[in-house]
This record gives sequence, structure tokens and C-alpha cells, in this order.
Amino acid sequence: MRQKLIYIFAAAAAVLLAWNLYKIFLIEPDELNQGAIYRIIYIHVPSAMTCATGFFVALCASIAYLSRKDLRFDAVAASVTEVSWVFATIVLVTGSIWGRIAWGIWWAWDPRLTSMLICWLLLVSYLMLRRAVDEPNQRARLSAVLSIFTFCDWVIVWKSIEWWRTQHPGPVLSIRNGGGMAPGMEAPIYWNTLALVLLAACLIMLRWRQEGVRREIDALRRFAHAM
Amino acid sequence: MTPLVSTKSTPESSAPPAVETSRLSPLRSILAIAAKDLRSELRTKETINAALSFSVVILLLFSFAFDPASDQVREISGGLLWLVFLFAGALVLNRSFSRELQNDCLDALIASPASAAQLWAGKALANYVLLLAIEVVCFPIFGIFYNVSWTAQAPLLGVVLLLATWAMTIIGTTFSAMTVNLRLRELMLPVLLYPMLIPPLMGAIQLTGTIVAGEPIGDNSIWFRLLVAYDVIFTLLAAALIDVLLVG
Repeated sequence: MRQKLIYIFAAAAAVLLAWNLYKIFLIEPDELNQGAIYRIIYIHVPSAMTCATGFFVALCASIAYLSRKDLRFDAVAASVTEVSWVFATIVLVTGSIWGRIAWGIWWAWDPRLTSMLICWLLLVSYLMLRRAVDEPNQRARLSAVLSIFTFCDWVIVWKSIEWWRTQHPGPVLSIRNGGGMAPGMEAPIYWNTLALVLLAACLIMLRWRQEGVRREIDALRRFAHAM
Repeated sequence: MTPLVSTKSTPESSAPPAVETSRLSPLRSILAIAAKDLRSELRTKETINAALSFSVVILLLFSFAFDPASDQVREISGGLLWLVFLFAGALVLNRSFSRELQNDCLDALIASPASAAQLWAGKALANYVLLLAIEVVCFPIFGIFYNVSWTAQAPLLGVVLLLATWAMTIIGTTFSAMTVNLRLRELMLPVLLYPMLIPPLMGAIQLTGTIVAGEPIGDNSIWFRLLVAYDVIFTLLAAALIDVLLVG
């Protein structure tokens, strides 16, 4: 059943992505001020939304693990965080490319950029902690607690960076303050978010299956040692 | 020569010692653990000496990174000081739980009548005192080295120190408990700790910079609220989750 679900999600994501790319590159006109480069928003923003969703799902899975002590929830939290980290990296890289063209610099200490970088670092710390612990139950316990801590921290980071940066404006203003987008141009962002969420779900399920297999191998190895 | 241990047997000494059946009150347990940690630190002085000399070394290294006589120092003094406290603090916090690994002391503490939350609170209290001691020593040294006057609004500065150091202490003590059994704990603690401490550090840097510059707090009072909110949220969260970390 899970295998079928992976195929269904992958097919839906592929069709949706192909349709979106066709619309983004062939139908949508160039933006008035930025020209063709604005199209990176259709990858950049949906990736950020997918990453944020993943962060939240990881929190829920971690709480579920702590209340149920079921390692399957831990596997969900680990898979979701790994995939979220990939999307966070995509956000940072596409943001950097966009910044280089639109602002002339690879990185500006804008509130959103800084918050995203911190989010990326928090996800890295979670993944590093998982690698540092060998015993599965201890790993699950420690990483679940860290996941709850990092999520709460990130919520505060988001707000505080805005205060920090507004009091110390950087040399470059965010182009996002320049006004809303035309509805026709905005719609592909949401469609692409759906496509990326489907893709993320597909990757998470694959990773989750991998975690299950790893658990089985570990159990067999322990059994073999005990023999 | 008087023997160290009396061999004379009396009816009292031959009887088994009375077992203390009543549990300590939570506050007394916390204070007992904090006192134990502080006493062992004051006897060996291994962590506090290392942290203090480390702080002075960093303060010295900063003088090579920029011109210590420039007016700019006053503007960035908050950032400099809190980076020193953060680096030195990691040394103290790292030792907090790892010093209990010898002779399985940590297992004994967990098995003791004190709950995990009381153990954590006691350790946090001891760390708080140690971190504050380092900060109190560093401030005059910084003032002398960089010609910065910090005494103008000393009570306000004290409040910032108390609030931000508590944030550093709770997260540090919790993460010290989290990493105590890891192979790479000395490496893992800073990796986990520093990104988590960004919000309180931003508040402390902003407020310390303003206070040291002798400017009114004004709009920056929002950072006080952030520090208080951070302290409350994470103290409650840590107190609720520490049992999972230490006991399982």
C-alpha cells in the first residue's frame, strides 16, 4: 500500500511540476522591473513553505514519539527533518542566486535570509545529534527533545530577527516590500508549493521505509550477536 | 598518635546507622545539588580557572582584530562581551554533567531521591553562579583594556546580565545533559547550543551596547520582554522535558 502511495505521489508531483514549469517558463510574462530572473520565486517561495511545513510535522512526530515511545514516529521525524533540510538548502541557494542578480550581492543580512540561515543551522544540529548517538531509543529520545526545543526557538528567532534588522537597516532593501504581485503571477506559487509538498511527501516516505529497514537490520544484527 | 578512625566499639557505633526515610523538600534537594557542584568546583577550580583565562585570551585576541582605541569599540562592546561569555560559558556548561561520569556518579544522582527536574535545577543554579562570576570578573577587565565605562547604568546592566545568563544557563544545562553520553560531547554542545541561543544573545548584545554607550533604553525595552519571554518559555520546557533526557 505504501509503495503504491509513493508511486501515486511521485506521479502527481511529476505531472504538476511539468505543468507548472510549462506555465512559468512559457506562459508567464517577464516581470516589469526584474525581467526573467523573477521566475526563481516559483521555486524559492514554495521550497520555503515546504521546509516550514516539514519543520512543523517533525515537531508533531517528535511529540508523538515522546508520548507513545514508538520508534516509527522517530523515523517520521528524522525523515521529515532530512527532507526539510534539503528544501532549506534549496531556499538558501536560490535566494543567493536571486540576490546576486536582483541586488548585486550573493548575501544580504535581510531578516528573512538570516532567519532561514538559522533554521538551516538548527536542522543541521538535529541531524548531527542523530549521527552522534548509536543506541536507537536514546537517539530517538534526545532528538525528539531537541526537535521541540529547536522549533520553539525558531518561532522566537523569526520575530526577533525582524526587530533586530529593522533597527539596523541593511544597505539593501528587500524587494518584497515593493508591493503585491498580480494574481495571475501569484497562482503558480501555490501550485508549485503543492507540487513540492507532494515531492517532499514522496521523498519522506522513501526515507521512512529506509529507516524501517535499517531498524530491522539492527535487530537482526543484535539477534546474530546474541546467538 | 591519635588514630584517624576510632576502633573503640560503642553500642551506638555498632548499631546500623539510622536510615533517613523522609525525602528532602524539592528546594532543599536543588540547593544541596547546587552546593555540591559549587563546592567541588571551588575545591578544584578547574573549570572556572580555564574559563577565566580563556576569556582574557579572547579579550586580548580581539585587540588584534580591530583598533582597541577607536570609538567603534563602544558601539560593538555588547557583541564582543557576549561572544566572550558564550565561548567561556560553553566550557563551564560542558563540564556540568560530564564531571559526574567518573565513578558512575550520574547514575547515583539519577537513582537518588531527587527527581530529574531537581537535579537539573540544582545544576543550573550552580552553573548560573559560575557564569555570573566569570562575567563579573570580565566586565572590569574589558573596561580597562578597551577604555569603556560600564558603570553609568550598572543596575540596568545587572538586570541584562541576570536575564541573558539565565537563558544561557537553562539551554546549556539541558543540552549538557543531552550530550553527556555522546562520544563527541565537547564538539556537539557548541554546535547545538550556539544556534539555539541566538535570540537571547541578540537581546543581550543590543541592550549591553546601548547601556555601555550611556544611551537611554527607549525602543530597546522590547528586548527585555524578549529575554523574559525566552527565559520563561525555555525554563518551563526544559523542566518538563528533562525527565525524558535523563531518565528516559
